[in-house]
Amino acid sequence: MIAAAEALQTLSSGWFLEHAWLIPIIPAIGFAIIILFGKKLPMKGSEIGLLSMIASLVLAGGTAMQWIDRVGSGAEGQFIAPVVRTWNWWQIGGMNFTIGQSIDGLAVIILVVVAFISTLVQLYSTEYLNGDRRYTHFFAALTLFSAGMLAMVIAEDTILLLLGWEIMGLCSFMLIGHWWEDGANSRAALKAFFTVRTGDMGLLIGVAMLYFASNDWTTEHLGVSGFSIRGISAWALSGEPNSTVILVAAVALFIAAIGKSGQFPLHTWLPDAMAGPTPVSSLLHSSTMVVAGVFLVSRLYPVFFTGFDILGTGGNLIMVIGAITIVIAAALAFVQNDIKKVLAYSTVSQLGYMMLGLGAGAWLPAVFHIFTHAFFKACLFLGAGSISHSASHHSFDMKKDMGGLRKVMPITFTTWIISTLALCGVFPFSGFFSKDEIIDNVGNNGYQMFMIIGLLGAFMTAAYMTRATYLTFFGEARGASAGEHHDEHATAHAAHDSHDSHDAHDAHVADHGDHGPHESGWRITLPLVLLAVLALSSGLLNATPFGEKWERIKTWVEPRAEVVMETAPGGPGHSKLLSVPSAAEEGHHDSPCGSETPEEGVCYAPQLVHAKFKWSKAMLSLGIVFLGIALSWIVSTMLYTRKDKRLVGLTERNGVLRSGYNLLVNKYYLDALYEKVIVKAIAGPIAAAAYWFNQNVLDGILHAIAAVSRVFSGWVYRNIDQRVVDGTVNNSGKATKGAGGVLAPVQSGKVSQYGALLFSAAAVAALVLVIINS
Amino acid sequence: MEMLRDHNWMLSVGTFLPLLGVLLLLVVPKANEQLIKKVALLTSIATVAVGVWTLFRFDFGNAGTMQFVDEKTWIPLIKSSYYIGLDGISLPLYFLSMVITLLVVIYSLDHIPAPGNPKAFFSLMLLLQTGMAGTFIAQDLILFFVFFELVLLPMYFMIGVWGGENRQYASLKFFLYTMFGSALMLIAFLALFFKTGAESFAIPYLVEHGGALAKNVQIWIFAGMFVGFAVKVPMFPFHTWLPDAHTQAPTQGSVILAAILLKLGTYGFVRIAIPVLPDAAKAWAPYIGGLAVIGIIYGALGCLAQTDMKRLIAFSSVAHMGFVMLGISTLTSFGVTAAMFGMVAHGLITGMLFFLAGSVKERYHTLEIARLGGILKQMPRLGWILGFSCMASLGLPGLAGFWGEFPAILSAYNPAAGLNETVFRVYMVVAALGTVLAAAYLLWLFQRVAFGEPKPEFAGDGHGHDDHAFHDVNKFEWFAWTPLLIAILVFGVVPNLMFKVLDPAVQTVLKGFKG
Repeated sequence: MIAAAEALQTLSSGWFLEHAWLIPIIPAIGFAIIILFGKKLPMKGSEIGLLSMIASLVLAGGTAMQWIDRVGSGAEGQFIAPVVRTWNWWQIGGMNFTIGQSIDGLAVIILVVVAFISTLVQLYSTEYLNGDRRYTHFFAALTLFSAGMLAMVIAEDTILLLLGWEIMGLCSFMLIGHWWEDGANSRAALKAFFTVRTGDMGLLIGVAMLYFASNDWTTEHLGVSGFSIRGISAWALSGEPNSTVILVAAVALFIAAIGKSGQFPLHTWLPDAMAGPTPVSSLLHSSTMVVAGVFLVSRLYPVFFTGFDILGTGGNLIMVIGAITIVIAAALAFVQNDIKKVLAYSTVSQLGYMMLGLGAGAWLPAVFHIFTHAFFKACLFLGAGSISHSASHHSFDMKKDMGGLRKVMPITFTTWIISTLALCGVFPFSGFFSKDEIIDNVGNNGYQMFMIIGLLGAFMTAAYMTRATYLTFFGEARGASAGEHHDEHATAHAAHDSHDSHDAHDAHVADHGDHGPHESGWRITLPLVLLAVLALSSGLLNATPFGEKWERIKTWVEPRAEVVMETAPGGPGHSKLLSVPSAAEEGHHDSPCGSETPEEGVCYAPQLVHAKFKWSKAMLSLGIVFLGIALSWIVSTMLYTRKDKRLVGLTERNGVLRSGYNLLVNKYYLDALYEKVIVKAIAGPIAAAAYWFNQNVLDGILHAIAAVSRVFSGWVYRNIDQRVVDGTVNNSGKATKGAGGVLAPVQSGKVSQYGALLFSAAAVAALVLVIINS
Repeated sequence: MEMLRDHNWMLSVGTFLPLLGVLLLLVVPKANEQLIKKVALLTSIATVAVGVWTLFRFDFGNAGTMQFVDEKTWIPLIKSSYYIGLDGISLPLYFLSMVITLLVVIYSLDHIPAPGNPKAFFSLMLLLQTGMAGTFIAQDLILFFVFFELVLLPMYFMIGVWGGENRQYASLKFFLYTMFGSALMLIAFLALFFKTGAESFAIPYLVEHGGALAKNVQIWIFAGMFVGFAVKVPMFPFHTWLPDAHTQAPTQGSVILAAILLKLGTYGFVRIAIPVLPDAAKAWAPYIGGLAVIGIIYGALGCLAQTDMKRLIAFSSVAHMGFVMLGISTLTSFGVTAAMFGMVAHGLITGMLFFLAGSVKERYHTLEIARLGGILKQMPRLGWILGFSCMASLGLPGLAGFWGEFPAILSAYNPAAGLNETVFRVYMVVAALGTVLAAAYLLWLFQRVAFGEPKPEFAGDGHGHDDHAFHDVNKFEWFAWTPLLIAILVFGVVPNLMFKVLDPAVQTVLKGFKG
C-alpha cells in the first residue's frame, strides 16, 4: 500500500469507458422502437431487442477491456478512480443534482454479466416464445428490463440507482404476468411487485437519510451532492457519520435489498414469480434482477460496513439474514416437485450466500459469486425451459412428466450436469471458486458459526440438486416424457406456460412430425452450451488455489482502499483533508481505510482481508458436497425407482417428520401470514373500517351540521334576514338566483339562501375577530 | 419588490378570452351543435395559443420575479385593485389549466354526457377556465377571492346537471362545503386587511407587512385561511365532499376537478397563507404535516375499500394531495418545490385516470370493479394506457409522479429550522409506507380490471349493447390523451423543465424562512 504522491500514475481511459452511459441508453431506445413499431417489423420486434442487447454487450466488453487497461496503468496499490461523467439533471432549493455514470470494477463485472445473459436469453426467447400472442410485448419488456438494470449498474447517484431499480420492478411485474389471462399469473405478478415495493420503502428512506446526513460533508470535501454514491461511500468511511443515523440508513437500505434479492422473510415472491415464462425466470429471477439487492449492498458497501460494524465483534443483521436464508430456502427445495421451484429456492439460497459473504466482510467472494452464479443458474433455468419446450409438453412437474431424459436430450443433459456441479461447488467448476471462497472467508474473519451454516448449506445444495437431477434425467420416463398425452394435465399443472405458447408448440411439433421428447433447436441449445462453458470455466478468473496470478477478478474488481484527493492543492499527499479530524487517534474501527493510511485522506472502500487458501479446508467442503450427492443419490434411487417400503410414505408415518414436512410444504406458513393475515386485514377490515369512518363519522358529522344549520337558518331567515338585513342580502340572493336561472333551475333558490347566509356570517365573524384581537 | 411589467395585456387576454367564447356561445342557437362545438374548440385553442405565447414571453431567467404585472384601480372603496402577475409558481398551473380545458373540450366533442345541451355545457367549461386562470394570476386578495368563487358555480352546475344518479346530493355537498371554507377564508382575508392597517389587499403588500403581526394574531388568521384552502385541497378530515363530487361528476368535471380545482387550495397555501403569515405557518406546519400523512394512509385505505373504479381514483387524490401538503408543511424550498411539481404531476396523472374511467364507463356502462376484467384483452390500447397511468400514479421513477412524491418524502427528513425534526421524520416513514399502499391499490385495481378474461356478461363483442361497445381508443380520445401521456413521460425524464421554473419562485416565496 503506497500512499506517497510520487507513486501515483495517470490512469488510462478510453472511448468505451467514457461512453459507458450508452450501454443502458441503447436498449432504452430499443424498447421505444419495439413499442412503437415492433409489430410491423419482420421479426415482430425481437430483432431490435436482440440487436440492442448485442450492441450493449459489445460496448460492455469494450468497457471491460479498457477498465482492465486502466487498472494496469495504475501503480501498485494505487486507488483506481472510477470513470465518472455527470450531467445536470434537476435543481431544487438552489442546488443542482446530477445524473451520470461511475464506472469501476464492480460496475464493469455486472455490466458484462447482465449484457451477456440478456443477449443469450433474448436469442433463446426467439424460439421459446415463437408464436406467442404477445411476442412483441415480451421483447419490449425484456429490453426495457435490461436498460433498467444496466442503468442501475452504472449509476453515479442514488436517484438513478432508484430509477433503474424500479424499472426492473415494473418489468418483473409485466413479465411474470405475461400470460395474464390466467389469474394465477397475474396474482403472482402483483405479489412480486408488491412484496418488493414493501422493501423499496426502505430504499426511499435510506436514500433520503443518506442524502441529508452526508450532503454537507460531500459538498465540502468532494464537491458532489449527498446523492452521489462515491460521496456517500467516502463519507461513510470518514469517521464523520453519527453511528445511529448510519445504522438506521443501513437497515433501511438492507430492507430494500431483502425485498429485491428474495431474502428471508420477504423471499416468498420469488418462487411464485416462476409463473412467468422460463426465459424471464432465467434472466430476471435468477441471474440478474434478483442480485440487485446484493449489488446495492456491495455498491454502498461502506455504508453497511460502518453502519453494521462489519468485521466488528459478533454477527450482524446481514449475516444473520443471509444465513437463515441459505438454510430455509435449501430446505424448501427438497419438497418441490416443480423443477423451476427447486431452482427458485436454490436461487434464494445462493443469494443468501452472497449476503452472508457481504455481511462477513467477504466482499470480493460475494461479488464473484454473483458472477459465476449468473452463468450456471441461467443455464439451469434455460435447461428446465428446454425440457418443458421439447420433452415434457410444457409441464415442469419432475415427478409426473420427467425422468430418463438424459438419453433424448444429450445437450440439455450435459449442460445441466455441468451447471449442477458448478452450483454444488465441485472442483474445478466455477461455483467452487466463488462459494468456497465465501465460506472460507466467513470462517477466516472469525465467524465460525456462520461458516458451519455455510457448509451445511453446501451439503443441502448438493443433495437437493442431486434429487432434482435424478428425477429429471434418470430413472424411468414418466408422463409427457414417456410420450403420454394428457392435455388436461398439462393445463392443470403447468399453469406457468399458457395456452398460447401451448398452441404454438403443437403447431411446431406437428411440423416436425414428432410428438415424443426430443432435443431443442439451436437457438435454445446454443445459449445452453455457452453458459455451460462459462459455468465450467469462469471460476478460473479468480482461482485462489492456483496462486495470486490467477486472482484476476480481485485485481480488476476489488477497489483498493486508497487515498483519493488528486485534485487537492499541494498534491495528494498534502490534501486539505489532512486537517480533517480523523477518528484514527481513537484507535478503533472508525478508520477502516487500513492501518497504513488512515489519515491520508478520503477512502472509498474499506480495507478487507482475504483468507489464505488451504487445500485442507477445501477438501473438507468438497467432502461434504460429495457426501450430499451420494446420500441424495442413494435415497433418490430407493425412493423413486425402487420404491423402497421403508422410505416411501415415511413422512406420513412418522409424526416428527410429518410435521416437518408440513412445515416445508406450507413454506413455513409465511405466505399464509402475509396473504391471509396481513394483506387480508389491511385490504379487508382495516380499509373497511377507514371507509366506514369516512361514510358514517365524518359524513355523519357533516350531515348533522347540515341538519342543524338548516333548522337554524330557517329561524334566522324568518326572524333576522327578512327584517334586519333585508335589502342587501335579498338583492344579492336575487342576483345569484338570476345567474343560476339562466343556466339551469337546480336548487338555485336554496343555494343562494345558503350562500347569502354564509357571506353575512363571514362578514360578522370577521368583525368579531378584528374586535377580539385589537 | 421588483416586477416586470412588459406585455401586461397578455394575462388579461389569456384569462378573459374564454369569457368572450361564452358570449359568442350565448348567441349561437341551441340546436346548432356543430357550431357550438366549433366555437368552444376555437376559443380554447386560442386560449392555449395565448398561453403558449406567454410561455415564449416569460423570462425564465427571472422566474422568481412577478412578470406581466398589471395594476388597475378596481374597487377603490375597499382599496382593492385589479392587480395581476405571473411567476414561476403560477406559470405551470396557469398553463396547465388552459391545456386541460382544451383537452376536455376535445374529449367533449364526442362525449357530451346526458342530458346533453352542449351549449350550456361548453359555456360552463369556458367560464370555469376564466375562474381557474384568474385565481392563478390574481395578486390581490379580493380579486383572488372572486376568481376562487367564480370556479364554484360552473362546477356546481356541471355536477348537478350532468352528473350521475346521486348528483343532487354531491353537488350540494361540494358547493356548501367549499362555500363554508370560503367564508372562513374571507374572514381571514378581511381580518388580515384590517390588522395590516386597512391599506391594501395586494399580496406583495401583505407579504411585507403580515410578518410583523403578533404571532397569536397570525395563528388565528392562518386558521381561517387553513380551513378555506384545506377544504379545497382537500385535506383530511375535510375531504368527504371529494369522493362524492368526483364519483357523481361527469368525466369532464372530474378531470377538471382533479387536474386544476384541487390545486387552488394548495396554491393558496403557497401563494398567500405561508408567505404572508410566516410565524403562523411555522406554528401550524406540524399539524398540517400530520393531517397530510394521515390523509396519505387514510386515502390509501379508502382506496382499498372501494368497489367502484372512479371512486377509488377519487380517494387516491386524497392520498396524493397528502404528499403535496407534506411537502408544503416542511416549509423548505425542497419540499415546496416538490409539492408544486406534485400538483402538476397529479393534475396530469389523475386527470388522465379520470378520462380513462369515463371511457371505461362509456363502454361497459359500469365502473364496478368486480364486474370488469380483461380490458387488456378487449381493448389493449386502453388497457395499456391504464397501466401506464397507474404506474405513473404510484410514483414510478421516470414518470412525472415520482418527482412530486419522492422529494416531498425526502424533504420531510429535514424540515425548516424551528420545526421538530423527529416529528417530521416520523411523517417521512409514514409517507413512505403510503407509497407501498399506493402500489397496492393501483396495481390491485389494474390486475382486477385489466388482466384476466372479460366477465361473461361483457364477453363477446358487446351482445346486448350498442355495436361499437368495445371499440378501442378513438380519435377524440387520442387527441385528448396524447398530450397528457407525453407530458407525464417528459416531465418524468426531464424534471428540470419544471423544477427550474418553480425553484426560483419558491425561493422568493420562502424568503421569510431563511435562517
